[in-house]
Amino acid sequence: MTGRLVDTLLAGPQAKKLLQGLLLGIHAAMKAKARFSPSFGRRLQEKNLSAQIKLRDNSCGRTYLIKNGTVSSTAELTGNPDVTMIFTDAATAVKLMLAPRNYLQQLNAMKNFRVDVQGADADIVWFMQTMNLLQSFSFAETPPYGTGLGDGVTRYVNNTNGGPVFVYVKDGRILRITPIEFDDSDGRSWTIHARGRSFTPPRKGTVNPYVFALRSLVYSKDRLLYPMKRVDFDPNGERNCANRGISGYERISWDEALDIVAGEIKRVKKQHGPGAIMNGSGSHHTWGNIGYWLSAKTRFMNSIGSSHVVHNPDSWEGWYWGAMHHWGNSIRNGATDTYGTVEDCLKEAEMIVFWSSDPESTSGVYGAFEGTVRRQWAQSLGIKMVHIDPYYNHTAALLGGKWIAPRPDTGGAMAFAIAHVWITEGLYDQDYVRKRTVGFEKWRDYILGESDGVPKTPEWQEPETNVPARVVRSLARQWGTKKTYLSPGGLAGFGGACRAATGIEWARSMVCLMAMQGLGKPGINMGCLQQGAPVDTNFYFPGYAEGGLSGDLDYTGLRVSMYQRMPQLPSMNSVSQMIPRLRIPEAILNGACEGYPTDPKSIEGQFKKFTYPAPGHSPAKMYYKYGGSHFGTMADSNRYARAYRSDNLEFVVNQSIWFEGEAKFADVLLPACTNFERWDIGETANSGGYSHQQYIQWNHRVITMQHKCIEPLGESRSDYQIFLDLAARLGLGTLFSEGMTELDWCRRLFEASDLPTVTSWNKFLKKGYYVVPAPDEANRAPVSYRWFAEGGKKNVPELSPLPSDYKEEWRKGLQTQSGKLEFESSSLKRFAPDDPERPPLPTFIPSWEGHHNKELYARYPLNLISPHPRYSFHTMFDGKDATVNDVKDHRVLVAGWFYWIVRLNREDAAQRSIAEGSLVRIFNDRGAVICAAKLTDRLPPGTVQSPEGSAVYAPIGEPGHSADRGGCINLLTPSRNIIAKSHSTASNSCLVEIEPWQEGAQ
Amino acid sequence: MKKYSFIIDVAKCENCNNCFLSCKDEHCGNDWPGYSKSQPLHGQRWMNIETRERGAFPQIDVAYLAKPCQHCDDAPCIRAGQGAVVKRPDGIVLIDQELAKGRQNLVAACPYGAIWWNEELQVPQKCTFCAHLLDDGWRQPRCVQACPTGALSVLHMTDEELAEVVRTEGLETIDSEGPATKQRCYYKNLHRFTSAAIFGSIATTINGVTECVAGATVRLQDPNRMIAEQETDDFGDFKFDRLPPGRSEVYELEVVFQKRVAAKVQILKDAPLALGTIWI
Repeated sequence: MTGRLVDTLLAGPQAKKLLQGLLLGIHAAMKAKARFSPSFGRRLQEKNLSAQIKLRDNSCGRTYLIKNGTVSSTAELTGNPDVTMIFTDAATAVKLMLAPRNYLQQLNAMKNFRVDVQGADADIVWFMQTMNLLQSFSFAETPPYGTGLGDGVTRYVNNTNGGPVFVYVKDGRILRITPIEFDDSDGRSWTIHARGRSFTPPRKGTVNPYVFALRSLVYSKDRLLYPMKRVDFDPNGERNCANRGISGYERISWDEALDIVAGEIKRVKKQHGPGAIMNGSGSHHTWGNIGYWLSAKTRFMNSIGSSHVVHNPDSWEGWYWGAMHHWGNSIRNGATDTYGTVEDCLKEAEMIVFWSSDPESTSGVYGAFEGTVRRQWAQSLGIKMVHIDPYYNHTAALLGGKWIAPRPDTGGAMAFAIAHVWITEGLYDQDYVRKRTVGFEKWRDYILGESDGVPKTPEWQEPETNVPARVVRSLARQWGTKKTYLSPGGLAGFGGACRAATGIEWARSMVCLMAMQGLGKPGINMGCLQQGAPVDTNFYFPGYAEGGLSGDLDYTGLRVSMYQRMPQLPSMNSVSQMIPRLRIPEAILNGACEGYPTDPKSIEGQFKKFTYPAPGHSPAKMYYKYGGSHFGTMADSNRYARAYRSDNLEFVVNQSIWFEGEAKFADVLLPACTNFERWDIGETANSGGYSHQQYIQWNHRVITMQHKCIEPLGESRSDYQIFLDLAARLGLGTLFSEGMTELDWCRRLFEASDLPTVTSWNKFLKKGYYVVPAPDEANRAPVSYRWFAEGGKKNVPELSPLPSDYKEEWRKGLQTQSGKLEFESSSLKRFAPDDPERPPLPTFIPSWEGHHNKELYARYPLNLISPHPRYSFHTMFDGKDATVNDVKDHRVLVAGWFYWIVRLNREDAAQRSIAEGSLVRIFNDRGAVICAAKLTDRLPPGTVQSPEGSAVYAPIGEPGHSADRGGCINLLTPSRNIIAKSHSTASNSCLVEIEPWQEGAQ
Repeated sequence: MKKYSFIIDVAKCENCNNCFLSCKDEHCGNDWPGYSKSQPLHGQRWMNIETRERGAFPQIDVAYLAKPCQHCDDAPCIRAGQGAVVKRPDGIVLIDQELAKGRQNLVAACPYGAIWWNEELQVPQKCTFCAHLLDDGWRQPRCVQACPTGALSVLHMTDEELAEVVRTEGLETIDSEGPATKQRCYYKNLHRFTSAAIFGSIATTINGVTECVAGATVRLQDPNRMIAEQETDDFGDFKFDRLPPGRSEVYELEVVFQKRVAAKVQILKDAPLALGTIWI
């Protein structure tokens, strides 16, 4: 019964009769469901409750009594029910209660107060969730899900940031976690025909190494299984803030924990005013669109009103603050789109230049090993490969080719020298430069030294990069005469070189090089086959940054698609105060800081400086921390330890799965469960938002129903449930949950996607995944920038830039002011033309922490680079007694302790009497970290390598003031912004010294 | 009778450790009665990956050798086990976890270091080829399923068929100089790990400008014979691979460019094999 028929029926006086019938039907449905579904029967036993559904004028309604698991009802509207659902009119009531549920109608009725609910929040939520159970499924139990394999083993499906997985469970315990091998009924694969050969990817998903450590992480001895309170924290007495990170913890009940946290939320809001609550999280979390930090957490934090911690674009830095001003691409924080590039590269390219690019270690992001087979194809086709990286990385080691090892943090110096060869030898695309770019003359004059007297020759760059001039000259000539793909970063638009004092100059010089070679012409593009698989880019399923159930229209991508597809209550945060993530310590310790936003909407979004505290706002007094630890990931992280121990921070709650890192600095710990212990739904590698259509790293689009595989361990709860439990204490439970369970939300998200056009909810729930079939060749996305190179209109499948950002016609030209590739940036000329740190033209600016700093360099003569780790994902999967610790190249066991690894050249080691596997102290003025040394020739002398991402912070003395033997390399990195007009990290601009260390020394 | 063998391509291994970790996922904390007791969470390496760097900065390469139990047909551990270690008809070698209790001597019996001692359970343990899964219908052990590069694979065929594959693919076993144990683990491109390689680069100066010398002919010889010849690439680089690891001779290198001998280099017996830049 839909549409006009219903409307006609409900317009007349029959409406009330229909409502009466419906209300009676609800009674019958509850009774029937209780009889046929044991789980529903158990649910009815959870509460004794009376609920009334009625019209505001009391002319029609029904009262339901749930008592000891049985339901009775009466048409009488007397008494004082626990829950009252009030409608203005019978028509609205009937429409909203008739299945299938129409969320938009419900929201409209709520917003216009045609429906209202009264009662204790927890009772309302319980009653609404119970009503949903009547509608969501058949009369029987929740349909069985997963695949029975016999012998009591069920195979479920789940997802991770390292790939989708099968989860084998027996007797409520996980047996194993494996990659997914597709069956014949799964969507078809694509085939690329190139150079007389055909390439089809394997019919399975790959996974990252750490995925195989997940079982050991789920059952880790470091799991938080109960709510905890710091022993010397008393919310009503002494808080002993200085003991954070030092004192131990005691187990408390959920009620006590939730009462303390809810009580503190109320207290700081009343005592200090808006902004007093700071909410912060890591950039990544467990997988799924529901339990994600950009979903449930954001909805909750908006609902209570909290200061927003602004993430710097840490993976993009130089691209966001630099390259974007030369080619636009704000939607991807200045990185490029890569549609169709796998096919184009395999068909046309003669060479791939990997520049600060190691996809075999970093998986792009979320890409597992999907790109590996494609690079092996390229290798088998004889496509030449060049690897520019101070470290002989794993991509170079696997694929071979020329390794060129520049000194770290030398920015665009080598790129300028390449341009010099191209200009002086005529090896660039002059026609393309004339038609598709602006500002070339200034660039040319600068490169040739006509504007500053310094020709940027290969000889000029040699003392800067330590790369012989002849090697650069040879590279330039090959590049200038071969159709070449350039991959700056494992994802085109990432790369460790962009996270350095010279990162902006490096990233934008990459764009300028490609502008000279004809970006978008056949075989000339960005990437290294890590992205750009010909999967279906027209099939809609949201990525996590599209906001899930967040209701957030400001900081997620919800407003683009999901707000329309999955109407939901907006959760609008009334607090506009923002805190730059890299300045959290200063915000707490000094009470003041400033920052620049990460705003992918436009090129100019990043220019809007903000200050903290915001006008009329309270400084942060309470910190609600969630997800990964900053010690392993944020620059100069001793600052964070010191900030935690300040009295300025009156209360710290950490919602965490494991007892690790920053969790050890909280006053109250709320134990969350992993996504194997709760429901969620999500597509592999689909982040949406700032990494639009990221899934094109995958050979197949794999959308998963993330089954609840086991019950939450101990007393841990899902993130959604924790937020809901807190919300109920603040009277926000109904608004937060819309009366829905996590599984309800999963189904609602399923229905908001394109999945219902190809499968049913029950089928999807049972099987657990759907492989989107590869499109016909005619429907493959065109090659990125081909349209631009050919002077046409943008034809790749994305609505970016925004229509208003085009300068001539919609889809004509780039996002830049000129609509062309700009050697000299218009946006920088408008914003700060005289900024010596970021002139409009890419310029050689020596690193502010490198060999040019003579005095510092004399004391700390080693350049430390700290790339993303290979065997963990930031702090996720590391430590925690997981099996990853045993990987020889991840940590080294010395005297019972798993030490983080620093790699150094044999010469450097010999000079310092450092032996293979021995313990060393890496130090500078900011801190010290104890690591195990690995001696290698994979690094030039003078450069040492140790990844970021240690989950273990284990100071050997006072936290924030002593050496860490956990391996948090970021204790050593500078907190200075790359340039003043940014909010950025230069973690690869880090000078250190290394000396031998004795176990047990202080 | 079809039997199982590992085939491992050294050139395709990138040390991702998916094999090592998937093995732990399968065996740590899981007892597989009749096959193996649980592997301890830390310490054992049923799939042990070794690393070899050749050359010196910046002329290097790196190879990895994934080493599981070799499931030898003439296994020293079976002899030492006196009934506690068994060879299945399908080629898989298993340590009987009951009979082998307390038998720490089995650890030393393996010439490949593939047997590990479980201190807590007092039992020797090793790779089972995931026989419990194969017996349950799986086509491959966990490590092979987990391998993303195609470096690991498994063959299930008769010994005659296997011998043919070994011959046509040029497969080798490790420690071929050691005791003849008839391993069932075969390697492709093993030279990447075991052989020596000479690296070098040819450069010159033309009108005061340094250049890489592409297309130069480089000849490698020892006192008795010519070993190999190759042309430098666009960067002037060359690499002679598959040289015997413990050489007893002096090498001589001759660089010919534009039809004249441009350089001669002697590589003494114990000198490094990364020659750096040879200027002509």
